[in-house]
Amino acid sequence: MLHAVVSAATEGEYNPLLPADYDIIWSAVIFAVLLLFFWRYALPRLQKLLDERAEAIEGNIAKADEAQRKAEAALEEYTAQLADARAEAGRIRETAREDGKKIVADAKEQASTEAARITASAQAQIEAERQTALVSLRSEVGTIAIDLASGVVGETLTDDQKAKAVVDRFLADLEASEQAAAGGKK
Amino acid sequence: MFVVARALLHAPKQEIALLANAVNLLVLTATEDGGFHAPSISEFFPEVVLFEGTPFAINRIMLVRFIAVAALLLVFWLGTRRMRVIPGRFQSIVEMGLDFVRVNIAEDLLGKKDGKRFLPILTTMFFMILFMNLTGVIPGLNIAGTSVIGVPLVLAIVSYVTFIYAGIKKSPKNFFKNSLFPSGVPIFVLPIVALIELISTFILRPVTLTLRLLMNMIVGHLLLVLFFSATHFFLFTLGGAWTVLAAGSLAFGFAFTLFEILVAILQAYVFTLLTAVYIQLAVAEEH
Repeated sequence: MLHAVVSAATEGEYNPLLPADYDIIWSAVIFAVLLLFFWRYALPRLQKLLDERAEAIEGNIAKADEAQRKAEAALEEYTAQLADARAEAGRIRETAREDGKKIVADAKEQASTEAARITASAQAQIEAERQTALVSLRSEVGTIAIDLASGVVGETLTDDQKAKAVVDRFLADLEASEQAAAGGKK
Repeated sequence: MFVVARALLHAPKQEIALLANAVNLLVLTATEDGGFHAPSISEFFPEVVLFEGTPFAINRIMLVRFIAVAALLLVFWLGTRRMRVIPGRFQSIVEMGLDFVRVNIAEDLLGKKDGKRFLPILTTMFFMILFMNLTGVIPGLNIAGTSVIGVPLVLAIVSYVTFIYAGIKKSPKNFFKNSLFPSGVPIFVLPIVALIELISTFILRPVTLTLRLLMNMIVGHLLLVLFFSATHFFLFTLGGAWTVLAAGSLAFGFAFTLFEILVAILQAYVFTLLTAVYIQLAVAEEH
């Protein structure tokens, strides 16, 4: 087949398989120029770009990692704060409850103390009034009794000294009999 | 990818057959009618326009190559001049192209370390072939810079020198042992295997690399010329009812133009991939 081509070609005046000197020389020159261009110019630039790009990508990944880490830290902190806040709230609530209890207890105690005080003062007053009543009653009873006795004995116990002695004696008797009656009751 | 590469290793035969057919066809057609501009092999040898007779002669195809190289330098100079970490549209495209060679060819086959070592050669190879292939379908240029043997041959020599250099640099003993005496071959067939390996590794590899690329581009160009000149012929020379055929040949021309774009990319890829494969086999410890 190759023979056929060669013979077919040599039938004309040109043989495409035989290189002309200028053909080879120009081809070699072109190749040399292009090789130099790619080797010294284009490919180093491409390599530089690829390195830069790789670096940029790595840088971005690092940056993203950093951001992720920060976000996680923030989240952790936030969570911790939230937990703290919850604990704080719980504590405050607890304190408030206890305070409330204490206040209620205090109030109750105070109220009961007040009540006791009021009761005591009321009793004291009652006692005092009773005493007053007793004293006034005693003097009135004395007067009445003396009036009565004056009426009965027909004489006037004008002598104060005497009258007082009589009344006191009477009252002492009366008290003694009362006490005896109270003791009997008991 | 490997399967494709393997399949394409055997492609030159078909391509040569295709070329032979095309040439025969054209010769026939050309003799049938004088009004038809038949594509011929002389299209790949246009008149010299500058420095005629010196080793620096420049013809139309050389100019097309210079334009392709200028475009290539411009695109990659603009694309890598101010590269940003966050790329713009244009930078993305340039990066995608460079990354295609870097990741899908160099690093996939050679690993990170060796891939980086041979990346300049592989990148240069890929884009030089790609841009020069694409000139074949660019209106006004209309011929691939790789359709003359100079570029495919020079690049095949570069590939050849590179993989031998890689092997010898790694370990001369291992390289020749692995290349010529594959392990696991019975001793009595070893001489024959060694001979076959010698021919296939050190002779056929550069030859197939050169021819595959060259023939693809030559045939692609001839086909496009055939379809478009046929269209022209049907339309303007014959006219009348022949216009129907003109539409048909135009459609074919259009389809083959698209196909040529695919071939341009594929051949650049295959050439570079095979070079990477050869380097990989040369630096492999054992295979």
